[in-house]
Amino acid sequence: MPSAPTADVRPGPSGSRSVLERRTGSIDGPRKPVEGPDRGAGDRRIPRFVWALPPVAVLALVFLYPLALVVQQSVSPDEGGTSLAPYGDVFASESFRSALTTTVWLAVGSTAGCLVLGFVLAMVIAFVPFPGGRAVARFIDVFLSFPSFLITLALLFIYGNAGMANGLWTDATGASSGPFDFLTTPWGVLLAEVTYFTPFVMRPLLAAFSQLDTAQLEVASSLGAGPARIVRQVILPDALPALAAGGSLVLVMCLNEFGIVLFTGAKGVTTLPMLVYSKAILESDYPAACVVAVVNIAISVGLYSLYRMVSRRVGA
Amino acid sequence: MLVHSRTGKWAAWAVFFVLFVPLFAVPLLVILAASFTTNWSGAFPSGPTTEHYAAATGGDSLQALTTSLITAVSASLLALTVGSWAALAATSLRRRGRRFLDALFMLPVAVPSVVVGLAVLVAFSKPPMLLNGTRWIVILAHTILVTAFAYSSVSAAIVRLDPMYEQAAASLGARPSYVLWRIKLPLLLPALTAAAGLCFALSMGELSATMMLYPPDWTPLPVQIFAATDRGSLFTGAAVAVVLMGTTLLVLLGVARIRTRASYR
Repeated sequence: MPSAPTADVRPGPSGSRSVLERRTGSIDGPRKPVEGPDRGAGDRRIPRFVWALPPVAVLALVFLYPLALVVQQSVSPDEGGTSLAPYGDVFASESFRSALTTTVWLAVGSTAGCLVLGFVLAMVIAFVPFPGGRAVARFIDVFLSFPSFLITLALLFIYGNAGMANGLWTDATGASSGPFDFLTTPWGVLLAEVTYFTPFVMRPLLAAFSQLDTAQLEVASSLGAGPARIVRQVILPDALPALAAGGSLVLVMCLNEFGIVLFTGAKGVTTLPMLVYSKAILESDYPAACVVAVVNIAISVGLYSLYRMVSRRVGA
Repeated sequence: MLVHSRTGKWAAWAVFFVLFVPLFAVPLLVILAASFTTNWSGAFPSGPTTEHYAAATGGDSLQALTTSLITAVSASLLALTVGSWAALAATSLRRRGRRFLDALFMLPVAVPSVVVGLAVLVAFSKPPMLLNGTRWIVILAHTILVTAFAYSSVSAAIVRLDPMYEQAAASLGARPSYVLWRIKLPLLLPALTAAAGLCFALSMGELSATMMLYPPDWTPLPVQIFAATDRGSLFTGAAVAVVLMGTTLLVLLGVARIRTRASYR
């Protein structure tokens, strides 16, 4: 009957205090099983799980049931009946294939960019401190609370046809038009996604760096290791879990990003969420939209489970 | 610490600002600057004006602001109720049940928001639950999307809660409902307000699901910004965007004040 204490909660030496703190709920291990007879006179007859039922029921009604309808809709073509024909049609279409490729390479490219950029920036904030570094860290928190499409809007003013960068160029060289014309290409989306999602990598990294004992760096340095070697052999191994967790979260969010692509307004850049939107709202082709939606769910839920597994494994 | 020489430090800071300023600071400043100009065809904006704000705080845009505020407040309150109920219920479950609830309530994060919009549209356009065309479908979709964040922040706070307080209360004979009201919820208040702020900010900026299902008479601010930029009025769009950012920041600051006051109590 008593739930077995998990491996990492056995009372350890005082050094393992953080582990204990995280799981204080089960410190007293076997003596705190939920259905202990002495706990709570009022809910003696109601099993504990009953309290979890109302929110689960609400979620099932407004979220799981609609998702199930999407799956059902994806196998019911307009002609009626149940068949996998919509899948065949969609998979055979050129627009779906190019959307799938675009989505994947944009997401992978943006994630790689965010990881590199986030690692460099977080490292400077954490290990080469400067006055105002805390303000920068707070600015990043604020950045996270703004919607993504604002970045694309800003990029229009900076790199758009009549924007700042092109204006600078034409003023300086006297040419009639500037060289920056990438906003409506996938590169514009890539730049916007790297900008918007880098803070999502920096936050876990900064948290991880604040736990790193700086004495390690001093020791490595006093033993003659140069900065490059310290980064490679001390900081990077310590940051790997945070990088993995942040990177996979950003990968999922990039796969699902819609606002940036919508604001780019480029006909040439179609990602899976964009395809769902245009099939459903612009073409009213619901079975096809649902097929794309199911594919999109499969990819991102799969990756998200991987992210949860990684972050649970590393305790981040 | 990492770099000891003076030049090395300056080099690191230079790299930092060369990357940080154009990528993160400039975009927000550019939107702010653009909202005050009539014309931006050179290196710098020209023709200072505040008339975009007249457009951004009147008529349709004012309507959009109240729409967004009502949507965000109701969605955050609903999400907070459902999310923290689920988080509180999850703590009393055993390991398997807790992990099941975790997975279930974090699922909306993994599903693309556009797909959440599509699913809600498909499910609530039919007679038993006909919400399509009303404001409720927007509020419902926002609630679904932000519940996961309410759940995860509240359950993270519950794990950090010192169980001594509730055990002491229970050992003195307090009933579970009393412990919940007088011990647990007050201790969780900072986390609850933080979660409310997060939900509010996310809902204010939600565009993907909203684009799938907003009715013509319920257009939140992000849709308004998209409509403005789509028809070419970039500067009005920028002004509306500044209104959106300003409102979000104001509410977040207000929530942070509640939080500090609560933690000093």
